[in-house]
Amino acid sequence: MNTIRLNTACDADFINQVEKESEQDMSLCYQCGNCTAGCPYTTFYDLPVNQVMRLVQVGQREQVLSCKSLWLCASCESCTTRCPNDIDVARIMDVLRHMSRRAGHATERRVKIFWDAFLSSVERHGRVHEMGLMATYMTKTGRMFTDIDLGMHLIPNGKLSLKPHTMIGKKEVSEIFKRFNEERSS
Amino acid sequence: MKIGVFVCHCGSNIAGTVDVVKVAEEARKLPDVAFASDTMYACSEPGQDGIINAIKDLDLDGVVVASCTPRMHEPTFRKTLERAGLNRYMFEMANIREHVSWVGKDKEANTKKALDLVAMAVAKLTQGKALISKKFDINKRVLVIGGGVAGIQAALDCADGGLDVILVEKTTSIGGKMSKLDKTFPTVDCSSCILGPKMVDVAQHPNITLYAASEVEKIDGYVGNYQVAITKKATYVDWDACTGCGLCMEKCPSKKSTDYFNEEVGTTTAINILFPQAIPKKASIDADFCIKLIKDKCGICAKVCPTNAIQYDQQDEIVTEPVGAIIVATGYDLFDYTKYGEYGGGRYPDVITSMQYERLLSASGPTGGHVKRPSDGKEPKTIVFIQCVGSRDKSIGRPYCSGFCCMYTAKQAILTKDHMPDSQSYVFYMDIRAPGKLYDEFIRRAMEEYGTQYVRGRVSMLYPKNGSLVVRGADTLLGKQVEIEADLVVLAVGAESAVGASKLAEKLRISYDNYGFYMESHPKLRPVETNTAGVFLAGSCQGPKDIPQSVGQGSAAAAKVLVLFSKDQLESDPQVSVVDIKRCVGCGKCIETCPFGAIEEIDFRGMTKSNVIETICQGCGICTSTCPQGAIQLQNFTDNQILAEVNVLCQQTLEKSFE
Repeated sequence: MNTIRLNTACDADFINQVEKESEQDMSLCYQCGNCTAGCPYTTFYDLPVNQVMRLVQVGQREQVLSCKSLWLCASCESCTTRCPNDIDVARIMDVLRHMSRRAGHATERRVKIFWDAFLSSVERHGRVHEMGLMATYMTKTGRMFTDIDLGMHLIPNGKLSLKPHTMIGKKEVSEIFKRFNEERSS
Repeated sequence: MKIGVFVCHCGSNIAGTVDVVKVAEEARKLPDVAFASDTMYACSEPGQDGIINAIKDLDLDGVVVASCTPRMHEPTFRKTLERAGLNRYMFEMANIREHVSWVGKDKEANTKKALDLVAMAVAKLTQGKALISKKFDINKRVLVIGGGVAGIQAALDCADGGLDVILVEKTTSIGGKMSKLDKTFPTVDCSSCILGPKMVDVAQHPNITLYAASEVEKIDGYVGNYQVAITKKATYVDWDACTGCGLCMEKCPSKKSTDYFNEEVGTTTAINILFPQAIPKKASIDADFCIKLIKDKCGICAKVCPTNAIQYDQQDEIVTEPVGAIIVATGYDLFDYTKYGEYGGGRYPDVITSMQYERLLSASGPTGGHVKRPSDGKEPKTIVFIQCVGSRDKSIGRPYCSGFCCMYTAKQAILTKDHMPDSQSYVFYMDIRAPGKLYDEFIRRAMEEYGTQYVRGRVSMLYPKNGSLVVRGADTLLGKQVEIEADLVVLAVGAESAVGASKLAEKLRISYDNYGFYMESHPKLRPVETNTAGVFLAGSCQGPKDIPQSVGQGSAAAAKVLVLFSKDQLESDPQVSVVDIKRCVGCGKCIETCPFGAIEEIDFRGMTKSNVIETICQGCGICTSTCPQGAIQLQNFTDNQILAEVNVLCQQTLEKSFE
């Protein structure tokens, strides 16, 4: 039986942490389900977003942080827009994703790799270098032929340049990353 | 002066955080205090007896009770004093519960503050004097504003009780929202069949004067003696002559006029009788659509009218009615669902409101009771009902539950199956709220006998596809997103306060909440009274209500009026302003500042002086603070009394002040 002991298994620290980091009040959610109703990715989720909200409300840290939905969320913010209680659900999903990563869960490995590749590309070039991003993502995931058909159309249109783009403010962008890394390590 | 002080424990409400024994002990040392003690419940019978005995035994002149807010128990203790033979105004209350024990936890500080409040009350009382109420005659006529079911019930009960009733209705017929309904829950009986006879009773009752197409313009006066100005809006038809034959409606060429009664599902003629059972059954012209009034052409109705009732030059008319009490029954309006972009915001013709659906279901509606969807007139097979549209939604400023939508949606689902046996209804709901006699059973019937599919979740979007509307929502019990291809979508729109509710409240001098619903005097114990004497509430103007609740309140408000009118004279509150004629210099500043017009200029031996009309004065005290001479004084709140309070608080030793 998968019985959850609501009193003893409730991780109050987890709820507090989510509320603090997201600046949202979990008790406002009355489980109408409108977030799930509007979610374009719910088909691929293992837990629909309203159940993620419910599991946070009852303090089920492990189940929330190890779910796949957090990593599949596209941050389209349909849930936030539709919420009748003005809860920023997308922000809660974002906070949970960070917590999940810190806790060593990354249930969708390829999503994490893509993001890491994207951010390191931005860190290095000030904005994303598509070709470089593709190369990193493909090598790390071993998915050599993903979307290769799209590339065929993009190269002639100059959308996939071999060299990184030059841009003003490159140094400032890398400063942001530097500051973030310093703050994180301190 | 001999004053008795009674410090109430209020169980542990006060005694929990205030040392009441000490407060009584210290109070005994105050000047003029002849007796002080603590008491468990001052308002209880033994508590009141204790006060009476002390007054009699010690020959006290006045009493201070340190307990709760005067709003509830000041009248209680004033009666206690009267029973002991004292004047009811030789009484002061120190609020050491709401102002002390409930707001602070520090017992020592609380005890000191309680003692300060007691000392102030004692000081005020030493400057007090006996006040005598005056009696005045009352006008035993009652005004009922709003001719919906609540107003109709209130008017009929008052009239049956022998009172003269003035019933004012904004539209051209009484009946209100109920007259638009096809059937009523939980009995599924015909709405107009049960309301119709009551409407006819109103028309035929000798004690009821009905002003339809009229609105309250202005209200002057006070309980027992109000003067109400009523605007009779121009209907362009002489109602004394109109027989309601309907010939004008048949011939009117302006056939695309807005049909307000049918919720704009169909159109009507510019001259029209609201609906077949209308009371009064009289025609009126919609000036926005009448060709004669807009272009000065046509004039057909005047030609065909057999009684020459048409008056294109009719003007608004103001009549004044004197009444003694007012029942407000102005009802509610429906939430404007076009605020919801996800439900199409009004773009899709086949997304309609529950009230529009009610007109489609009604045999007297524009489709004769055949459900035809607006876009192509086809009979829908799959109908989706969405609940909580404009209810329980903080994001659009409607956090409250409208209370009746769950029930009427179930009713409409049942009626849908009755009208179209091969149809299938789906209801998206958040919670089912059916607390009432036979209400939950009714919901079960919709599911069990009529096969209505209830889906627990909200709807996120609608989009058109192949002539249908795809409804995408959630089924939270499944934990899945779901879609239904619907032929017709019915939105269970919630209730909001009636258009113009706040304006009327200002005329009546009653208060309203954040959403425009009128405030009752006490949420539990005075549900149909307002804080303005002589003004009562019935029905949905106080908050969303279904028919049984509205009828109940209509009768309750009528009973309150009958109680009020059971006496021939009322006593005025003597806590009003009084002019000291020797001090008054006749500057007239008080006359200018009085918000109630209660002060008049008089000639006193050739000198100009001010005079307060006691029955109009509400005791607000603005004149007292305006008067440069200190000549006008609010009784029981005189400058001397207030200064005595300030003195006792400020003339303490420096050390004590800073404690």
